[in-house]
Amino acid sequence: MNAPPKAISGVSTFVDDRIGAGNFLKRNLRKIFPDHWSFLLGEIALYSFIILLLTGTFLTFWFKPSMGEVTYTGNYAPLYGVRMSEAYASALHISFDVRGGLLMRQIHHWAALLFVGGMTVHMLRIFFTGAYRKPRELNWIIGILLLSLALLEGLTGYSLPDDLLSGAGLRITQGVAQSIPIVGTYVSFFLFGGEYPGHDVISRFYSIHILLIPGILLALVSAHMILMWVQKHTQMPGKNRTDKNVVGAPFYPAFMIKSGAFFLFTFGVIALLGTFAQINPIWLFGPYTPADISAGSQPDWYMGFLEGALRLMPSWEINFLDHTVTFSVLIPALVPLGLVMTGLALYPFLEQWITGDRREHHIADRPRNNPHRTAIGISGMTFYGILWLLGANDEISANFHVDLYTTTWFGRFAIFIGPAIAYWITYRMCIGLQRKDAEVLSHGVESGVIKRMPNGQYIEVHTPPAEDIAAHIRGKQEIPVLESAEDGEGIPPKGARSAIGRLRAKMSEAYGTDRVPLTDGHHEEAHEEEHAGVGAGDRKELH
Amino acid sequence: MTEQNEYPESSRVPTRVLGTPPADAPIVDSDPIHAPEGVPGVIPQDPVKARKAERLVALLFLITFLAGAGFIASYVIFQVGTIDRTATSNYTLGGTLALALLALAAGLTVWVRQIMPKYNLVQERHEMRSDDETREYVGETFLQGADESGFVKHRLLRRTLLLAAAPLGLAPLVLLKDLGPLPGTALRHTVWGAPTKDGKPRRLVVEGSGQPIRAADFNSPGGILSVVPEGYEEDLNALAKATLILLKFRPEELKSGTNLNWTHDGIVAYSKICTHVGCPAALYEQTTHHILCPCHQSTFDAADGARVVFGPAARPLPQLPIGIDEEGYLVAKSDFKVPVGPSFWERGDAEAEARENAS
Repeated sequence: MNAPPKAISGVSTFVDDRIGAGNFLKRNLRKIFPDHWSFLLGEIALYSFIILLLTGTFLTFWFKPSMGEVTYTGNYAPLYGVRMSEAYASALHISFDVRGGLLMRQIHHWAALLFVGGMTVHMLRIFFTGAYRKPRELNWIIGILLLSLALLEGLTGYSLPDDLLSGAGLRITQGVAQSIPIVGTYVSFFLFGGEYPGHDVISRFYSIHILLIPGILLALVSAHMILMWVQKHTQMPGKNRTDKNVVGAPFYPAFMIKSGAFFLFTFGVIALLGTFAQINPIWLFGPYTPADISAGSQPDWYMGFLEGALRLMPSWEINFLDHTVTFSVLIPALVPLGLVMTGLALYPFLEQWITGDRREHHIADRPRNNPHRTAIGISGMTFYGILWLLGANDEISANFHVDLYTTTWFGRFAIFIGPAIAYWITYRMCIGLQRKDAEVLSHGVESGVIKRMPNGQYIEVHTPPAEDIAAHIRGKQEIPVLESAEDGEGIPPKGARSAIGRLRAKMSEAYGTDRVPLTDGHHEEAHEEEHAGVGAGDRKELH
Repeated sequence: MTEQNEYPESSRVPTRVLGTPPADAPIVDSDPIHAPEGVPGVIPQDPVKARKAERLVALLFLITFLAGAGFIASYVIFQVGTIDRTATSNYTLGGTLALALLALAAGLTVWVRQIMPKYNLVQERHEMRSDDETREYVGETFLQGADESGFVKHRLLRRTLLLAAAPLGLAPLVLLKDLGPLPGTALRHTVWGAPTKDGKPRRLVVEGSGQPIRAADFNSPGGILSVVPEGYEEDLNALAKATLILLKFRPEELKSGTNLNWTHDGIVAYSKICTHVGCPAALYEQTTHHILCPCHQSTFDAADGARVVFGPAARPLPQLPIGIDEEGYLVAKSDFKVPVGPSFWERGDAEAEARENAS
């Protein structure tokens, strides 16, 4: 083709005459996007969100967010004639009387699980590769907000159908709200329009679920995308890749089509799940009544860690000046969530404070190359994971024939010991992997060729690593360490004189010191005898 | 665009097939503008492979077409109505939809990977911060504007503006007040304490059937019933506080934690609402007399005043004083002496108060 077809050039001329879009397209059509499998994780969340908006809109056409009582007369025979709320009746109507209704409901639920799941693994990828570092701290904070809002969105969503399971979740939410000191009773009465369960909460959660939170999510997702676009994506270390460039495929045409395909893959897999993997079969649970519950009630997966925290907590309640403070609810409801979310939000700034690193970073770290960060991350995952696992301790107890209280006691200790063990193991693994890297650079890789030396000794011939692998390894960046050494007269630098300053300097040294410096492993000629000790060379210059 | 092809000699560059143009030659000779020749980092595909891939892509797109048509057909053909018919409709609709989406996705992927060139383009990054000159200009403009506006100079203007904003900012919060009534003492009472229409004590009725319970009929030790107040069988607000579990014991099984004055012939009534976060404590183990809440596994000893033996709950399930009316049916003698359900700030040491009132 030598000229664009008339249909396209006509429209684009019209648009460009009016808003000058040409300049934007000139800069952005060939915007470069680097390639790595882990960069797709966030896209899963993005596409799940789009699917949620589409299927959610479909569901609103029939769902009636009302707690008014009706007698069910729909197609699901086992509940025929049963008194229930209009919300539950309309959710049954969607499932059994609307063609494709059950499919859309199940796709909506699966997409929600994948939405939070995608966000979580994407967030872990960002954390472990240090992609939150300057200049991306703002986008990191937006991400944490998105994750927190998604939890709230999920909670308000699965409370809507008003079946026995969703009501149990709502009851726990109410019990937690009521336990907040000073304002708890008022919060609960205002949220539920009086005493629990009242007649208002579903219509209120409905407007929060379909308007307020999705609106904020949409705005934040857009901001997230725009910042990513403006700052350009990070890239993994590799040949010719630096902090000053970005290497990859252009937005038009390759990245565009790739992303479209990935959206369709995500949608296709969620459609498969929604078709063949039954989820939240509300018709089996029956209508909600505060007098009943079924054993083995579980929340959606992303609430599991809060559920586990509630189960682990020993009973502890005090009377404080004639008022009740119930730590057995407050601590599990607030501390794990607070620790995880606040810790994540502050991490970029704490790291900057400790390392004194104010540079821009566009090359992602390999997790092994920042052992303390990776260990902290795995430690946090262990903390979360134990709580999450213990959120299902009744199922574990029933399926694996373990005493129920033993699982609780296990969790009460594991929640403290587990993260510490995980920290140590991860740290050692990172150092081990770094040593392996250093060895590959200085020794080369095993060629599989055994050679006999004149003196009778057998050795295996090592060959230099492939160019791209070597470049990937050499992409390791040093972590700066704060200057804390005393000068000639025994006076430490200004920042390191106070107690906090000394602590900061100590942490900086522990955090940043490179335990396994890469040797300069240039292999101009293939060395046949490689016996130099790992790490014997000079520290590799990184800049 | 400074750097070129990352793998000049690697196998990722297609080897040349006899009779085809060299890998770096334009695919279509007559297209001098868009030919990738001379564009470093754009590595075209082998045309033979690309043609083969095209056939595969076409097949996949065709599958999408058929599956899409199948989706529409399923919508028309398979009606809902019974559980089985809903299942069939769900499987056909979902199956065709998933197939259409996945085939389309696979087609696009093959297109990108085997027909489009491999890209290894390089773009420069620029530091995010603006240069000093710009910063200085913006700073000066800001100060100039602030001066021009008079916001700095006119103190009265500045202060009254802030004053004006304060109540407006609070207005949305004030508007939320009518979301709910104030709690008052609502959490301290249940309908067990409210008098019935004819002034008689309120009967205990079985949840679900609404049958009143004759004490003489509830006579097998180890028996358990879920009980609601007569007249409030379907009032969810009332049930959220007033639901009971009713247990029958042999007299020697009861321990000191249970208030015997509030039992009738070994029949004890506890609040079913867990004192942790309010789930119904619905599981009962006869041999140990343990009541277990399935939500967070708070465990209560029913023979000993429902004291907590395990789990996060901090207080026993409150016991309801019960007796019988002249017809022999179980009734509530009064309301609970302490608030039921989860803790709340205003609750205070209700147990101590109750003891004081009793003595």
